Amino acid sequence: MTRILLTGNRAAAWGARLARADYLPAFPITPQTEIIETIGSWIDSGEMDCRMATLESEHSMITAAGAAAATGARVFTATSSQGLLYGMEMIYTVAGWRAPFVLVNVSRGLASPLTLEPDHNDVLATRDSGFLQIHCATCQEVLDSILMAYRLGEDARVRLPVIVNLDGFYLSFTREPVETPDPAAVDGFLPPYDPENVRFRASAPLSQAVVVLGGSPYSYFRYESHLAALNALEAHEEIAEEFARTFGRTYGALDTYRTEDAEIVFVMMGSFATKAREAVDRLRQAGRPVGCVRPRLLRPFPEEGLRRALAGKRGVAVIDQNISMGKGGVLYGELASALYGLGQAAPVLVSFIGGLGGRDISAEEFYEMAAVTRSAAEQGTAPPPRLLYTLDELREVRKLQAIAHVERQGLGEES
Amino acid sequence: MKTASRILGTALFLDGFEVQDAPRYGAERRGAPLFAYVRASRQPINERGVIRRPDLVIVADDTLVPMPAAGVMAGLGDFTVLLVNSQEAPSVWKDRLNLKGPVLTLPATAEDRQELRFAGAACAGAAAALLGVVSRGATERAIREELGPLGAEVVAANLERALAAFDLMAGHAGCVQEGTEVSASGYRHPEWIDLPFEDARVAAPAIHGAATSVEVKTGLWRTMRPVIDYSRCNRCWWVCSSFCPDSAIGVNAEGRPQIDYEHCKGCMICVAQCPPHAIEAIAERAAAAAEGGRP
Repeated sequence: MTRILLTGNRAAAWGARLARADYLPAFPITPQTEIIETIGSWIDSGEMDCRMATLESEHSMITAAGAAAATGARVFTATSSQGLLYGMEMIYTVAGWRAPFVLVNVSRGLASPLTLEPDHNDVLATRDSGFLQIHCATCQEVLDSILMAYRLGEDARVRLPVIVNLDGFYLSFTREPVETPDPAAVDGFLPPYDPENVRFRASAPLSQAVVVLGGSPYSYFRYESHLAALNALEAHEEIAEEFARTFGRTYGALDTYRTEDAEIVFVMMGSFATKAREAVDRLRQAGRPVGCVRPRLLRPFPEEGLRRALAGKRGVAVIDQNISMGKGGVLYGELASALYGLGQAAPVLVSFIGGLGGRDISAEEFYEMAAVTRSAAEQGTAPPPRLLYTLDELREVRKLQAIAHVERQGLGEES
Repeated sequence: MKTASRILGTALFLDGFEVQDAPRYGAERRGAPLFAYVRASRQPINERGVIRRPDLVIVADDTLVPMPAAGVMAGLGDFTVLLVNSQEAPSVWKDRLNLKGPVLTLPATAEDRQELRFAGAACAGAAAALLGVVSRGATERAIREELGPLGAEVVAANLERALAAFDLMAGHAGCVQEGTEVSASGYRHPEWIDLPFEDARVAAPAIHGAATSVEVKTGLWRTMRPVIDYSRCNRCWWVCSSFCPDSAIGVNAEGRPQIDYEHCKGCMICVAQCPPHAIEAIAERAAAAAEGGRP
């Protein structure tokens, strides 16, 4: 076991390497490309025994990943943002094949307007596809989650592909100390994949995902995938325990931080949650009982765990790094449904939208969200959802708009 | 600068610190402004993203100072040490930018364009010295680790510059003070606003492409300037003007290619493509000095 500085992208590559992935279909996109480059260089140097295929699009890449997984190969692939959307038809399709593999998504906000920096609307677009989703907050967790994701997806109770998500820039390009586990220990934790009877072979033709009409067979297959995804909660708990025993690091479906005696709790996903942890420590120093809950699993959604963690709390600040136009924060809606029916024990939920397109969230903003949530809890009613956006930021936009206006005038488009 | 941040990060890590280092890219083009940051602590680091209150800011290219996109002055506080790779005196920068904090200069790349490629190593070496908690030995090992794959010659050349900068800054060792985190009691409230609805003719992200391209002086990104030697140019204008990825080479009525320096980013493709080898590459600083003005 060695502790080295790794970017989130290289940590992801290490995950694939230690999992002994057999096959890597690839297509480049920022900020993911370093993962594929790293694995490519290991294949070239003979440090990793894996077949890499460069495809002409993410649509083909995800098809190839699913097809290879259906043969019983252990498959790894990675994409991001617009690439994930380009492959979306096949994301939904291959999930239904019940052929497990791991796809790393490096989160990046979606067009329009175009950006390179992260938010979660890309990965959330796959929410209802049948892929399981693990969201990471540190580079270490990226590596570890990939190993856990193979165990989870390949579990006979589950058999679904898994997305491991990491935030662009904040993890993808950020180096942190990461322990790379001993390969022999990983082999013990993650034995070769045994696909049992679900296996596609050239010598034995088999139709994958045939057409079914009339609705009844369709409903059966769709609901079976749902039940398999729900099974993943129990499977994940067992796998996490074994992971902790083997490697000494614990990853629950929820990452809870100082919540036991907390009155106010931040709930958020991804790498920004480590900033929330920092804010929790500072708020505690100032005498405010605040905690943080980070769902690692979005699918399956750990509803029971969230109810246990949040029942009896006074207020919850849900910080969504995504936006569903015409509704608001996705996690806020998910959490509200999970907490419905708690009665007196239900905390006041306050919705915040922040971190869109990589927009930072400052320490002061965490403190302010805790204060707003506290006062909402005292009044027993939540204020309207708030976009974390300051006067200075609007000033910057006004400057751009003023330049655009002058340009249009110059072109005679406006008087 | 990404390499510089990694050298400094690795040096801190080798000396027992928890470390986080990261570059922030914008346009993926040569010459576009780039910055990178390093956090170090004796404790595990939870903070992430761009450093809002840096203790030390290093500017590898002083032409970036006036560029809004580079954001050089963002976060400079009264105690932030600013180190500029510049021929100008620290007092000049202090005066120009009305800075209260300490300013140092590192005349690392001088007038010699060959030195530009070592600016990162020199900045990393200088930073290591200014922090006062990184040993010379760790700095040396970090360079060997980060640049090792590029070969012994590259390592040796960078080591020389980095350690020279380390030694040059030795007199200021430890001048960088560790800033305190913002307390949760008595913090400055964020000036949140309720974003108003605005008509799509205002709020649609539509900017006239051509006008924008003209207004943004991407020529500032250039570190190397292509200069056409018209005595060798054979006016095969179609070649250089077609290859220019930024349409920055126009052709006049006589069929003579002319470079639009306000928008040429210095990618050097024209230099590579020119059949009679009539386009020369000159360091931007040298070219600007020859014109008698600052770049």
